[in-house]
This record gives sequence, structure tokens and C-alpha cells, in this order.
Amino acid sequence: MNRTAGRPASLRRPLFALLGLLVALGVWELYKLWGPPRGSTLFGVPIFGRAADSAMPHVASVLTAFGQQEVGGPVISRGGSAPTVLESVASAAAHSLWWAGVGFALGLIVGMALALVMDALRVLERALLPYIVLSQTVPLIALAPLVTGWGQGFSLGPIVWERWMSVSVIAGYLAFFPVAVGMVRGLKSPTAVHSEYFRSVSASWWRTLTRLKVPAAIPYLVPALRLAAAGAVVGTVVGEISIGLEGGIGRLIISYSVGATGDPSRVYTAVIGAAVLGLFTAGIVSLVDLLLRRYQPTPGRS
Amino acid sequence: MSLGTPGYQAPAVEITGVSKTFGAGPGAVLALSDITMTVGAGEFVSLIGPSGCGKSTLLRIIADLLPATTGMIRVNGDSPHQARMSRRYGFAFQQAGLLDWRTVLANVELPLQLHGVKSAERRRRGLELLETVGLTDFAAHRPPQLSGGMQQRVAIARALAERPALLLMDEPFGALDEMTRERMQDELVRIAAETGAAVVFVTHSIPEAVFLSDRVVVMSPRPGRIAAIVPSGVRRSLTADRSDPAGTAVRESPEFFATITRVREALRGRGDSAAAAGAVDAGAPDAGAVDASALDAGDGAPDAARGAL
Repeated sequence: MNRTAGRPASLRRPLFALLGLLVALGVWELYKLWGPPRGSTLFGVPIFGRAADSAMPHVASVLTAFGQQEVGGPVISRGGSAPTVLESVASAAAHSLWWAGVGFALGLIVGMALALVMDALRVLERALLPYIVLSQTVPLIALAPLVTGWGQGFSLGPIVWERWMSVSVIAGYLAFFPVAVGMVRGLKSPTAVHSEYFRSVSASWWRTLTRLKVPAAIPYLVPALRLAAAGAVVGTVVGEISIGLEGGIGRLIISYSVGATGDPSRVYTAVIGAAVLGLFTAGIVSLVDLLLRRYQPTPGRS
Repeated sequence: MSLGTPGYQAPAVEITGVSKTFGAGPGAVLALSDITMTVGAGEFVSLIGPSGCGKSTLLRIIADLLPATTGMIRVNGDSPHQARMSRRYGFAFQQAGLLDWRTVLANVELPLQLHGVKSAERRRRGLELLETVGLTDFAAHRPPQLSGGMQQRVAIARALAERPALLLMDEPFGALDEMTRERMQDELVRIAAETGAAVVFVTHSIPEAVFLSDRVVVMSPRPGRIAAIVPSGVRRSLTADRSDPAGTAVRESPEFFATITRVREALRGRGDSAAAAGAVDAGAPDAGAVDASALDAGDGAPDAARGAL
């Protein structure tokens, strides 16, 4: 890697992302200014009218909404004074992040374990893989009450089942899939020469796994982690809503949208909170990616 | 299972009546038929022949990477499986097969690490091996940063890590250019002499086989069998009285060319190589082609031209 060439590029990328955001906001405001007042059709596709601030609040009013005090709704009890919207969104996002994190870890463990089992026994791969794929077609909403039902009265030693754990299980349910599929492909990725070499030195199953298969699987694992992190966040938000668990960002979106007729900007604050949550998890995965750089294939062998 | 008699040293490899069939039923392919040969301790033997003659298969059977269908194999007096389990041989492949995420040093240390050797001991041995192959300065590099010849040297160092009495090499220099190839051959000769290991070397280059080997086993295809065993030993006979370490003297000697001719004739000796005869002097560059015609034209031509002048 050329350092001098790498620096401006690494600076330029977030700059472009920021530029994209500004352009999107600009288009939003311009549409509010010039869009057809009552809605219209463009090439036969109906488009929204501009007038209603309830549909498209001004960017500025969304920003100011962050500073407002909570009135009613899910107030986080905090002594006397009500918290600001920013504080509730941040606190909700933090809760969701924790639940999503637990779900992600769960998905990672289950996904890896499944991949290892499937890699060790071909029969199991044929037996399991169709169901793993099938598992992702079950609607999460249908799953939520089931998970809550299983959790009821369940305890593992000192750990008593709490409702947020159901949310994490749902998040994990989405997260394990890319990990299992990516990992199983990755574990099979060592070339014939490498496998033959490890056999020729009579390397044990465990050492072949840790010294060859897992390192070789990392280029497959990293994109899987990206998908799993996104899946965990989606699973958490949907899980909160379908279980009705308070305190997280998913539930906040719902309660803000209930009051949307009064204050539409607030829904957007919660949506932005969810987006930041997603960006944050993506950032963490990028960091992991950076740490595992040396396992990535090196391009440009002469 | 070695005899244990004092002074008796079991042959490095003993192959008796080995055959190999791939598949079963009407689709079965007989890859090797009734192979019998011995490689003495410290001896350098090359297996040469056109593609499909089963030379790589035979090497893999010796290494216990493939099972023989019939026949008996002894590696240092033991079964190939025992030999593999107790790491009695080192294997080098055509592609170096290094792990790109490890440094050069860590790659050389890999077999020791796989067998639980302590890290200090590993490091010592790894550096020693890198010195043997002349890559000490590259210890911290990663394989993709190295040239093909350097990678192959790392692979050889790795194969030597556990001081095997037998080195099995499957066209290790097949992907290298001619100059690098000759340099690698010189190094291999030196390393084999230093370690005293027996070598079974698969190649499709006649000059390479003749230069390196004490004996050249010429194989013919469909089914793979031994067509002839040509004693070579050109190198040893010359270096006994002359201490010129460069292989040039050997490669330009009349004995060298005479042996090349003998191997070439042995290769052409069978009926099924009639088609190859017409293409012998085509002068095709050696680009990993493995049919009989390329065998003749590839590496021999430049040397032959030089020798004639």
C-alpha cells in the first residue's frame, strides 16, 4: 500500500459521503419548495404533494426537535425534569445497541458452530443447509411471540429470562445466517495444495482448523459479519416492536409515530437514531476488518 | 519395523509391485501398473515421463496422500502411513503452497508449530533453515512479496524443517524460468548433500533429471509403468575430483549430454511415443508443457546449443 496515495483517499471518502448527505437534504428542501402542491403524477407514477409538513418536515424542524423536551410518551424517568428528545433517542439507541450486540454475538456463535459442524461432516451439511436457508423465510413477526413463549419461566442458573433476551434471540436469528453460510464456504476455501500439505505433515484436525481453515475463511467471514451486524440491528428493531419491549429505538419509532400528527419531526429523530445505530455497528465491523487485514488475499502477485 | 541390525540402513523407499486404479467398474482407470523400485538412503532419484504416466500419483502414494491399490511400499522400513505420522519425509509441491497471511519465517516454522515445538526452539530452527536457503533477509516478508523462486526456496526450507531423511518433490521448479531453475537446482544439490536426505524428484525436464539425479526413472503412460531406469550420477562423478560448486561444469560436460540422450531414447523407446518423434526439434520454450515432445525440446535445446559451440 502506498501511504502517500492512501491518505487523501481515506480522507476523501467520508467527505463524499457527507456531500451525498448534503445533496439529499438539499433535494428534500427543494422539493418542499417547488414540488406540486397537491401531488401529481410523473410518467404515470403518483408523487406526493409538497405542502404537508406532516409528510415532509423541514430539515431544520427535525434538528430542533432533538432539543425539545419530552412530553408524555415514553419518558425515561429521570428525577424531576423530562429529558430532551436527543437524550431519549440516544438512550433508546444505546439500549438497542446492547440488545443487538448480544444478538450479534449469539448469531456469531451459533453461525460458526453450525459452519464447523457442517464442515466436519458432509452429511450434516446436506441435512442442515436447506433448513438454514429456509429459516430465513419465516417472518420475524411470527417468530416474536414464539420466542417470548419459549422464554417464559426459562432460567439458566442465575440468569433468569428477561424480555430483552427475546429481542436478542430474534436479532441473533437474523445474524446467524450470513455467518453460517459465509463461514462454511470459507472453511472449504483452502486450495488443494494447502490441504495436501497439511495432510503430508499429519497435522491434527484441530490444528488444520485453526492454522489453515479458519484463517483462510476470514475473507469470507468479514462480509458475512457486515450482513450479520445489519441483520442484528434490523432484528432488534423489529423484535422490540413485535414483542412490545419499551426502551429501545424500535419502540421509540412506534410511539413517536403515534404522536406524528402532532409532531412529525419527532418520528424522523427516532429514524435518524436508528440509522446512526446502523452506522455505528457497520463502523465496528470495519474496525474488525482492519484488524484482520493480513488475512485478506494480496492482489498483484507478479 | 526396521531390522534394527547395527550398521544396516533401510532403503529410503522400497516399492514392490505397486499398482493404482482410480474409480471402479468399467470406468476404472489403471494409473500405475506393477511398479517396483528402490531408493537408497541419501540417494537422489528422479521420476520422469509424459503427463499421465502416473509419476505424481506414485509420489503421492509414497507420501501416503493416496492409497496404493495393490503392492507394498516401505518408507525407511515402515509403512507410508507410519512414515507420514512420524513426519519421516518432507514434501514440496509445484506451487509453493505457502500461507500468505504468515511471514516467511512463520511459514518455515509452520510444521514445527503444528507439532507443538516450543516457540524459542522453533525460531532458532526457522532462522537456521532460512540461512540454508539464503533468505535470512526476508524473514519478516510475506510470501506474495517474494518471487516465484524465493517462494519455492521457502517451501523447501519448510519441507526440511523436521530433518526428514526423505524429501519428496513434485515438479517444484516447474513454474520457474530457466535461469532461476538452474540456480535452484544447484541449491537443491547443495542442500541435499548437507542434509544427507534421499530425494524423490518428479520432473518433466530431462536435463533437470539428469543433472540432479543418481538415477533417472523413466516412466511411460497408459498405464503408468517404469520404462527404464537410467543411471546418471554425472554430478557426483565430476564433483568427486573437481570442487566447482557451480553446476555449469556438470551441465557442459560430455557425460551430461550422453546421459540426456540415453534418457531421451528411453522416453521415446515405447511405441506410443511415435507421435512425439516428429515434434522433437520444434524448439518449443519450456512453459510447463508435459507431453513427450516438450520434454525433448524444452530444456535440452539451450544447453545443447551452448555445448556445441
